[in-house]
Amino acid sequence: MSERALPPVTELGVVSMALIVAGGISIASQLPENVPLTLPILFLVASSLIMLANLIALARTPGFDWDAFFDVAKWALVGYAVIAGILEFVFVHDGVRGGILVVLTLSLVVYAVHVPLLIGFTVARYQ
Amino acid sequence: MLAPMADVALDAPTATRDAPPRADFEIVPLKGLPIVGAVLVALVVAIAANRLWALEFFHVAAGGLWTSFDLFLGFVLGPILGRLAIPARVELTTRLMPKLLLIMPTLVTCTLASGWQLGRLLGTIDSGYANHGWIVASYVVVGVMAVIALAVLEPANVAVLFELKKPRPNPQVIQTLMKRFIYTAGITGAMQVTTLVIMTKVATG
Repeated sequence: MSERALPPVTELGVVSMALIVAGGISIASQLPENVPLTLPILFLVASSLIMLANLIALARTPGFDWDAFFDVAKWALVGYAVIAGILEFVFVHDGVRGGILVVLTLSLVVYAVHVPLLIGFTVARYQ
Repeated sequence: MLAPMADVALDAPTATRDAPPRADFEIVPLKGLPIVGAVLVALVVAIAANRLWALEFFHVAAGGLWTSFDLFLGFVLGPILGRLAIPARVELTTRLMPKLLLIMPTLVTCTLASGWQLGRLLGTIDSGYANHGWIVASYVVVGVMAVIALAVLEPANVAVLFELKKPRPNPQVIQTLMKRFIYTAGITGAMQVTTLVIMTKVATG
């Protein structure tokens, strides 16, 4: 097994996903009243920054198997984009609009990008 | 999700040594994709139509299957697998896990999307609903399961299949990845039982 020094991509991914989920729960638990968006936005920004940190850390890792990463991540991205698209459809269909829709949409984007990143990383690190 | 394969890891170092030549397998079973596509199209139609029966069907059927799969695989098939001969474990893993790669995300998507729409239709997701606390608890439970499944188990599942597809799989890699299933099986099981409690409470008012 490769014991190269790798950044803590999975651990950061868990934190990032937890923040996205927390933001979603924060919004969902207060519907249909006026939903304060401060907390969900903070969670979304923190989650996005962690995802960015993950990408930067991976990009700076010498010898990482990017071919294997993209081979896996691109198909995972297709799959999770479909799932995120269905969830987005539900929100729009239900009349979610404005700031709530923006936060939920961006949260779905982070979800649909970060999960394939984690799958691609986990496969590629052992190639 | 997918907790059952945990026991494959226990004797993983001997897996390749004892295993007979394996038949090749698809990491993602392509024949299953049209079925997944058809189910997801039906889900979108049910949501767009906003019909009670269709939404109830998707939420109850997919949710029941999701919970059943998790509990059965984690607490019934997992321990059985642990007592099988190594070649049998590898054989079952390479046949079962690719199918789960399609089945589980489909069930989860159907459960959550139809459940949300059902909640809108019935008013159970409104903050003024009498059992609102139970509903929020269900969000937390699903959230915990989602983080574990998406960030921890699904990547390990795919990576194990890629490793097993190699001419000479590295047992150490498989063992390392399978530890994730062992560590999370209890959490997933507890969350699924909690789901049963919450959903039956909400359904009965």
